[in-house]
Amino acid sequence: MRFESPTTTQEAAALLAGESGSAHVLAGGTDLLVRMKAGMTEPDLVVDIKRIPSMQGIETSDSGCRIGAAVSGAEMNESDALKSLWPGVVEATNLIGSDQIQGRATMAGNLCNGSPAADSVPAMIAASAEVQIVGPAGSRTAPVQDIVTGPGQLSLAKGEVIEAITLPARGAGGGDAYLRFIPRTEMDIAVVSAGINLTVDGGTITSARVCLGAVAPTAVLVPDGAAAIVGSKLDDAALAALAAACSAACNPIDDKRGTIEYRTKVAGVLAKRAALIAFERAGGA
Amino acid sequence: MQHDTSFTDQAFKVVGTRVNRPDGVDKVTGRARYGADAFAPGQLVGLVLRSPHAHATIKSIDTSAAEALPGVKAVLTADDLPENETNKGMMDILENCMARGRALYDGHAVAAVAAIDNQTARKALKLIKVDYELLPHVTDVDAAMQPGAPIVQPTVLDRETKEPTNVSRVSEFGHGDIDAGFAEADVIVEKSYKTEQTHQGYIEPHACLASLGPDGSGEMWVTTQGHFVFRNICAALLGLDIAKLKVTASEIGGGFGGKTHVWAEPLALAMSRKCNRPVKLVMTRDEVFRATGPTCSTSVDVKIGAKKDGTITAAYAALRYQNGAFQATWGMLGAMTSFACYDLANVKTVGYDVIVNRPKVAAYRAPSAPMAAFGVESTMDLVAAEIGMDAVDFRIKNAAKEGTRASYGPTYGPIGIGPTLDAAKNHAHMKAPLGKNQGRGMACGFWFNFGGQTCTDINIGIDGSITLTVGTVDVGGSRASLSLIAAEELGVAYETIKASVADTTSLGHNDMTEGSRGTFSSGMATIFAARNTIEVLKERAAKMWDIPVEEVAWEDGEASPVGDQHSNLTPLSLKEIAAKSPNTGGPIAGHNEVVADGAGVSFASHICDVEVDPETGSTRVIRYTVIQDAGKAIHPDYVEGQFQGGAAQGIGWALNEEYIYGDDGTLQNAGFLDYRIPVCSDLPFIDTQILEIPNPNHPYGVRGVGETSIVPPLAAIGNAVSNAAGVRMTHVPMSPPRILKAIEDAS
Amino acid sequence: MAVLVSTTVNGDPVEFACPEDETLLDSLRNRAGLTGVKEGCGTGDCGACSITLDGRLICSCLVLGVEANGREVGTVEGLSDGSNLHPLQEQFIEHAALQCGVCTPGFLVAANALLTRNPDPDEQEIRYALAGNLCRCTGYDKIVRAVQAAAAEMRG
Repeated sequence: MRFESPTTTQEAAALLAGESGSAHVLAGGTDLLVRMKAGMTEPDLVVDIKRIPSMQGIETSDSGCRIGAAVSGAEMNESDALKSLWPGVVEATNLIGSDQIQGRATMAGNLCNGSPAADSVPAMIAASAEVQIVGPAGSRTAPVQDIVTGPGQLSLAKGEVIEAITLPARGAGGGDAYLRFIPRTEMDIAVVSAGINLTVDGGTITSARVCLGAVAPTAVLVPDGAAAIVGSKLDDAALAALAAACSAACNPIDDKRGTIEYRTKVAGVLAKRAALIAFERAGGA
Repeated sequence: MQHDTSFTDQAFKVVGTRVNRPDGVDKVTGRARYGADAFAPGQLVGLVLRSPHAHATIKSIDTSAAEALPGVKAVLTADDLPENETNKGMMDILENCMARGRALYDGHAVAAVAAIDNQTARKALKLIKVDYELLPHVTDVDAAMQPGAPIVQPTVLDRETKEPTNVSRVSEFGHGDIDAGFAEADVIVEKSYKTEQTHQGYIEPHACLASLGPDGSGEMWVTTQGHFVFRNICAALLGLDIAKLKVTASEIGGGFGGKTHVWAEPLALAMSRKCNRPVKLVMTRDEVFRATGPTCSTSVDVKIGAKKDGTITAAYAALRYQNGAFQATWGMLGAMTSFACYDLANVKTVGYDVIVNRPKVAAYRAPSAPMAAFGVESTMDLVAAEIGMDAVDFRIKNAAKEGTRASYGPTYGPIGIGPTLDAAKNHAHMKAPLGKNQGRGMACGFWFNFGGQTCTDINIGIDGSITLTVGTVDVGGSRASLSLIAAEELGVAYETIKASVADTTSLGHNDMTEGSRGTFSSGMATIFAARNTIEVLKERAAKMWDIPVEEVAWEDGEASPVGDQHSNLTPLSLKEIAAKSPNTGGPIAGHNEVVADGAGVSFASHICDVEVDPETGSTRVIRYTVIQDAGKAIHPDYVEGQFQGGAAQGIGWALNEEYIYGDDGTLQNAGFLDYRIPVCSDLPFIDTQILEIPNPNHPYGVRGVGETSIVPPLAAIGNAVSNAAGVRMTHVPMSPPRILKAIEDAS
Repeated sequence: MAVLVSTTVNGDPVEFACPEDETLLDSLRNRAGLTGVKEGCGTGDCGACSITLDGRLICSCLVLGVEANGREVGTVEGLSDGSNLHPLQEQFIEHAALQCGVCTPGFLVAANALLTRNPDPDEQEIRYALAGNLCRCTGYDKIVRAVQAAAAEMRG
């Protein structure tokens, strides 16, 4: 195995593009090293992105936020500005594993691992996050929801690497939240999760994005769920309709972490609870 | 010399105080050395190739490419482990260490390599070609008992039909007439329960460093609960003389019964002998789950009948335990423990021992008792509810006491079940208010505890400091307790004593640290070794004073002369006598070998509050109290620690831990991610109350304490969930999907 | 082909050569002689391998040895100041917060990281901060009490 530690994004992209064997990006290593330990992955090339300056740092402003691809969950948790703008995105990322995992895990890595149960992804999608991609053909931007096409499968071309994640302007009356169900209080992979982003004006929801995790091969945007609550003050009827829409949108499997029946039911429960939190953060309650 | 082991009811000076343990500094600085922390010059890395199939014939193993790989120094298969004079009675053990023609479970070792580094060893494993022919498999205990189930051990025959069977043993215990008893009952509750397989979950994987020469002489550093037993077993398996294999126990990173068996150790020794180089073999966490010794999964039927006044008239249980791929008697043990807490006129338990394609079961803290207690203690609550009696009062009415004939045979001496129930009834926890979605449950538990072979040495340094050498591995702080005992007997300060666990060349045989026997047995041997030492000290004082030894007494760490004629002589301290020892006969030492007998049974009552989220089935333990009889708590901190640790394991077992097998018979969750033991945020503080009903067969009244605490939690939580959410859970673990389904089915 | 790594461990310069796919956990244990870090799982689920890397609490089983080049590593061996034990170490002994002790180095490093960023955590904050460290012996009760006591002592 070869290990490279480039200092520019272009170098990283070139290394990835030029490798004929299996090439992997190393951000936090909290997925890659686990797969290597299990013998599931035997990289020929590992490209460490943590020494690339353009992948570091968190920038926040009224017109949006930029989070470098190498930024860890722990660093995100130390940004008061980011937490006040996008508490849902930050809390989702901070739910990944332990404090030790947080010291290394990144949203970009969480996304690119392509797990249906990734915690940061439903919150990013609900927030309309985008990724800045650099590759041999140049740079491009793409919505987060377009990146993962199936379990462990990405729409990135060979040699493309994510440089940063951007969040749009928060604007007035906005609030987001993320909840997941796990059997213990920590350390589990999400059995089912819900990320919700709302804008509220005068107590009424004016826009919403609802995204579920761990209930389908990829994270699922639920437009019917959003429609169920837009125009409402999130009363019981709206919440019930939201829950029903979310359960209907589920296409989960039975596995060692949960059953179809369980995930479908609890998706609705979590969506309701997350919506109430986002609503309060948006100034609705 | 025969010692009197009866309880003396003495007042203690140091026993019972909370001193700092002697190995504390090493453990908080990282200096303490565990199984994987030893290194030898020229050591090789040992790795094991394991079957990916639940059941398969091994048609051939081609190791030629692996052997030819540069850097590989030894490759091992069953051909290198022949049956011989010394191991022919242990072929189950040997076959479990390495498959002999048939892989019996997912993870069963089929070959091993020793190479110069990890990379080479991994490459070598990949080069070993194993030709498997898949066989039908069975992993569920009930499925294995059905006619037509795949047979795992064809030489095990049904006693009557003489046909191959997976049921290797049926055991029965009890007394009285249960049919008559049920006929008398006003209320009968009958229910069936199922518990899934769990693992001891020690944080330190198995590890050893083995060095065995072609002359049959060698040594091994190993993490183990019993290095003497490991020595005996490895020597027998490999045809070695016991005395020529020196085994040193490392510090142990948890055992709970799971390190009382050998798995990879004989392989490391065999490879070392084959290439005459040290071999270090450390298991991965995946291997620990797949290929060591988890506990049984079970299926249990319980039937209890009682009169309206609360008297139990009959109690019956049928218990089916799977032991993995080899014969064992864990089901028998479950049948013995089932009703041990109660005074019953009519009781019958039947234990079935069943073979399946799973790893060979090993002991796990009060083995077999938790599953039986789940069934019995859940049913007790159901009966109490039917009668309309308080759950604690119902148990108090039927509790075993001194003179009760236990359901498994013997008659009890003074025991603690009644006192722990009374203490539970009056505990503040019982009176604390409960909030929404919260419920309270309680349950009782029992463990026999064991004695066993024990040797202890005491050696006094010329400066008066004292070496206490024991042979029982210290799993949880026993060196502190044993030092307290030695200090108490000798009458010296705790700080002058240093306890250490000797290697197998330095002491006679010691049985394992299991069965809650460490402090009980080594404590007893320490008491008598100290008294032996005192006899020597008195002789030396007598010599120094030139008076008859009959006129020397020992008190408070000093020799004092007896009688007015010696009023001119001032007492001699241990230190003073030690200083003169070269002139009075040489080094001063005391010794004891004993088969410690009369270990006292330890009973407990637990109280548990849970909160159940009715929309998700998520269940949290919000308050937990352990009340247990310790006989005598030598070091209260460590007794509390055993109470809390056992309870935590029971809580994990009750709520989340289970082995999940796929349809192909392979283990799906062989890691700490999906085998979910409690994390710090899952648990509240665990309150403890130590009762001391002295064991009449130990000078200090000590009972073993380490195991009982894992027995009540499964039912305590089941009963609490029932009171919180109105559903009776019969399948452990009571995971959120199971609880939610029960809630939905009920509404 | 082994790579030379130059790192700082507990303030001292340390060099070792390791294969590129070796974990920092293995490099520290097998090449730098620091066996205080333990492998309990190798997959980041148990915390027994906890260290700090440039001051950040992480699992060393999820870091490659080569990543430590030019960085600062902190292990349990660096907690005490000569023969003066760290208050956390003292309180762990005092409160009997260890039984077998194999998880203890990881807990001490993690607890120290917690108290460094939050000198006055409440019980739940302690429990959640230590959720990444598994203990099978103690049920965590005495560990949490020891951390509370050390925190109080360190606040003065």
